[in-house]
Amino acid sequence: MHSRNVMPEQALETQLLELNIGPQHPSTHGVFRMEVVLDGENVVKLKPVMGYLHRNHEQLAEDMTYIGSMPFTDRLDYFCAMTNNLAYAIAVEKLVGLDVPERAQYIRVIMSELTRLVNHTAVTGFLLNDLGAFFTPTLYAFREREKILDLFEAASGSRMMCNYMRFGGVREDLPDGFLEGACEVVDYYPKFLDEFEKLLTENEILRARTQRVGILPKELAVSASVTGPMLRASGVNYDIRKVDRYSIYDRFDFKIPLGSIGDVYDRYYVRILEMRESVKILDKVLRDIPSGEYLSPRGKAISKAPRTFKPPKGEAYGRIESPKGELGFYLVSDGSVNPYRYHVRPPSFINLTILEDMCLGHKVADAVIILGSVDIVMGEVDR
Amino acid sequence: MIPGQGLLKGLAVTLTNFVASYPWGQRLLKLIGINGISGMFTVEYPEQQVKPAERFRYFPFLVYDGTPDNLRCVACKICEQECPPQCIYIEMEKDEQGRPVKQHGRTLPKRFDIDVSVCMSCRICVDVCPFDAIEMDNDFELGAYDRFQSLVFEKDKLLKSAEYFAQIKPTEAAEVNARLAAKAKKTATDKPV
Repeated sequence: MHSRNVMPEQALETQLLELNIGPQHPSTHGVFRMEVVLDGENVVKLKPVMGYLHRNHEQLAEDMTYIGSMPFTDRLDYFCAMTNNLAYAIAVEKLVGLDVPERAQYIRVIMSELTRLVNHTAVTGFLLNDLGAFFTPTLYAFREREKILDLFEAASGSRMMCNYMRFGGVREDLPDGFLEGACEVVDYYPKFLDEFEKLLTENEILRARTQRVGILPKELAVSASVTGPMLRASGVNYDIRKVDRYSIYDRFDFKIPLGSIGDVYDRYYVRILEMRESVKILDKVLRDIPSGEYLSPRGKAISKAPRTFKPPKGEAYGRIESPKGELGFYLVSDGSVNPYRYHVRPPSFINLTILEDMCLGHKVADAVIILGSVDIVMGEVDR
Repeated sequence: MIPGQGLLKGLAVTLTNFVASYPWGQRLLKLIGINGISGMFTVEYPEQQVKPAERFRYFPFLVYDGTPDNLRCVACKICEQECPPQCIYIEMEKDEQGRPVKQHGRTLPKRFDIDVSVCMSCRICVDVCPFDAIEMDNDFELGAYDRFQSLVFEKDKLLKSAEYFAQIKPTEAAEVNARLAAKAKKTATDKPV
């Protein structure tokens, strides 16, 4: 190899290459497009293009009863139907001032923590897909996810489109055998996580690909209002379960895992640690759950006759820590059966806005895993 | 740490899972003393079928008691109004003068259509029905060859007996029957004949 310096460098005429990744591309997790400008392999500019899955969710909800929008919230972030339901129910309960029975609060916590497990296992699996570990970790993750989805099916009747929460409780009580089944899944989960970590955490290839890639500095993360595991991976201690203490989260003792520098590896590892904390919460909730009402009488009346439900004039913003970040619903009521304004604050949409800052200077292949580590679901980004 | 150690550990995990996905492998693992890894998860649909959970819901049907003309539905159109994706269409049975026809002491629908391709299986129609006339079926094999006509289920295709309902969802059917019996008793005491 003696052909180095045969040509002087100035004589090489290079050009920037514009490339469309998506909208139909397996690495973009749905119909999402990145307009990338490349200098060789390096990203010099990146523009996310969204809107391919826009379904007019907010406008539709303004023409519907309050209950009528509930099944549509399942379809926002279709991995976490339960937490979407919960956020919406909390917003409406704030608007009207509804009380939730004790048992229903426990059921809600069980469902949202199980959803967190589902989402985080699935997203770490998919992240490994983006890295090129084609489908082995994903299928291990899906194997565990399937067990939890069976629980959702037993409780709500549907694996993913649960439509389970109601204003003032949940639609149906837990079926027989649910708690035992859930205990079994939760008791096995740490074992699965150990196996998963053995497979991934110390893997040299994974470390080489993810460490110091897509660094998101603390200040930028805060000023871009990033939330969820992405923010915590950058080392900011902010979890709405602790900050807001909505539902009954103040009764449980759990830690908020934090990352150090906010690279892709931190985002992966924070999710693994968060799952371990969720298992801890579930352990306690499943054993403490009291008997009693699952839906308040007012809630029952509302779901029986949605058109009699007319919240007083006013506005409310209900938010929860969904697995992806802060999921909020903003409602304005004019005293009629339909909301006057219905707005969703989707975490993955807002987390996506700083994609360019994280990708600049990295290779195209790294842009793909950085996108994967943001954890987006297009149903939620486009609505 | 030896370079490559993490990688080898990972490969050991995949090897164990590979072995565990065979019946002989499971026996082998038990022999070596590795327990708790269950290997076979998939089901070979359609030859093998998993029984869905009792609450599993897919598509609504109309319940009748005894004979198919004895519908519980009275064509009140509440479900049509509340259905979020608006997939139900109901017309009440009327005579020439436009007065509702009564059968078994109640009005009945002339047309009751539900579009399978629009229905999103949310179960709100069941929640709002004051007569427990509509319930969720768990039959999900509703594929069709054409796109429009055979996907609109008309009244006669939606009719299913109360026994069928009790067979697929025993718990829920028992609740519904208790509620209906209480209601019948109440109307009997309210208006003594």
